[in-house]
Amino acid sequence: MKHKVSTTVNGSRHEHEVESRLLLVHYLRDEVGLTGTHIGCDTSQCGACTILVDGKAVKSCTMFAVQAEGKELTTIEGMAKDGVLHPLQQAFWDEHGLQCGYCTPGFIMAAAYLLSQNPNPTEDEIRRGLEGNLCRCTGYVNIVKSVQAAAKTMGGAKAKTGEQQAATRRA
Amino acid sequence: MIPAAFEYARASSVEEASKLLKTFGEDAKVLAGGHSLIPLMRLRLAQPKALVDINGIKDLDYIKEDGSKLRFGALTRHVTIENSAVVKQKLPILAEVASEIGDNQVRNMGTIGGVAAHADAAGDYPTIALMLDAEIVTNQRTIAAKDFFKDLFTTPLAADEIVTELVFPVANGPHKYIKFRRRLFDWAIVGAAAQKMNGGWRIGLTNVGTTPVRATAVEEALHKGAKPEEAAQHASDGLNPSGDLRASPEYKKHLARVLTKRAIEQAG
Repeated sequence: MKHKVSTTVNGSRHEHEVESRLLLVHYLRDEVGLTGTHIGCDTSQCGACTILVDGKAVKSCTMFAVQAEGKELTTIEGMAKDGVLHPLQQAFWDEHGLQCGYCTPGFIMAAAYLLSQNPNPTEDEIRRGLEGNLCRCTGYVNIVKSVQAAAKTMGGAKAKTGEQQAATRRA
Repeated sequence: MIPAAFEYARASSVEEASKLLKTFGEDAKVLAGGHSLIPLMRLRLAQPKALVDINGIKDLDYIKEDGSKLRFGALTRHVTIENSAVVKQKLPILAEVASEIGDNQVRNMGTIGGVAAHADAAGDYPTIALMLDAEIVTNQRTIAAKDFFKDLFTTPLAADEIVTELVFPVANGPHKYIKFRRRLFDWAIVGAAAQKMNGGWRIGLTNVGTTPVRATAVEEALHKGAKPEEAAQHASDGLNPSGDLRASPEYKKHLARVLTKRAIEQAG
């Protein structure tokens, strides 16, 4: 039996008829067509599928699409605004917070949640905040650096617009 | 991995959820946080015929002070318990236990009622519930924790019965919960809890049998004046843990003794 699901994904409304067993991550990738959310382990451990559901970090492989009825979902595709990378995306780029990039969308969404709860985390708090995400290439040193850099930009750049941030980066 | 097909219904009240469970029959399951159930369904270790989603029942998500008790609505998420000022003050061991469950993403979803109803021997709250004589309230009755955790994944809950609340006594004396694990977000290979309460000690153990265990022999030894190290030797009395990939039965018994000693010594 199919169920109607209405969600807001990165600000856009979506309506689909889905099977109850459809996992949220498959809904995002196959129905909504946003493949930035990755499937890593499929066992609720690696965090590659992390998205924000009503602002809270959730592993989208461990939620059914039908549970997302009426929810606001944010995926990695919703982070950049008007062609300007989100400070977290820019920081992962600048600080080499990735090699293959497979885990990166999940890390960025988990870090976005972390910074929403704690805008100035210590290194320990960052490591603890990202314990639900696994990276198999780099280790975590540059990932921690990236989050620290983003925290700085986001805290210190409150008065700046996205364009000004971009101009600072280009300089 | 795709779960087997199932029927799905959202309940907006406990009564409605109970009715839906009755209609769907024995093979229906309640969907709360889903962080034990959905992984099991993906592996097809669980294939419920129907899921009754109770996440929309808003009045099941609360923490209330009630004299010498703390009442937790069944849908209270781990993250809420972890950050609750009341819990930190009145029952700090539970806030600490909540903060060590899984990871941020898991704690945003997982619920205290779900952990109780799932009755995994590796669950952390059940150990605390048992050792503190907590009560599990359902839509039909109130069940003492010692009568609730019957066996591995087994509780006295009827097919249309839903956990609505967990009731803990206030306990803000020295306490410690130690969870031994390989990785930060893992389940406990073995866990040990110590709580000073009403002048005596309560000692609980996680994942050393098919249910949580209250180490009464350790409690009695401490009561008679034994040092933590001596008393903790009794932590493995009567235990018969099964071995698994992570630990042999002997090793689990060893961990029970060592972690119990540390929990008592580190209780603060």
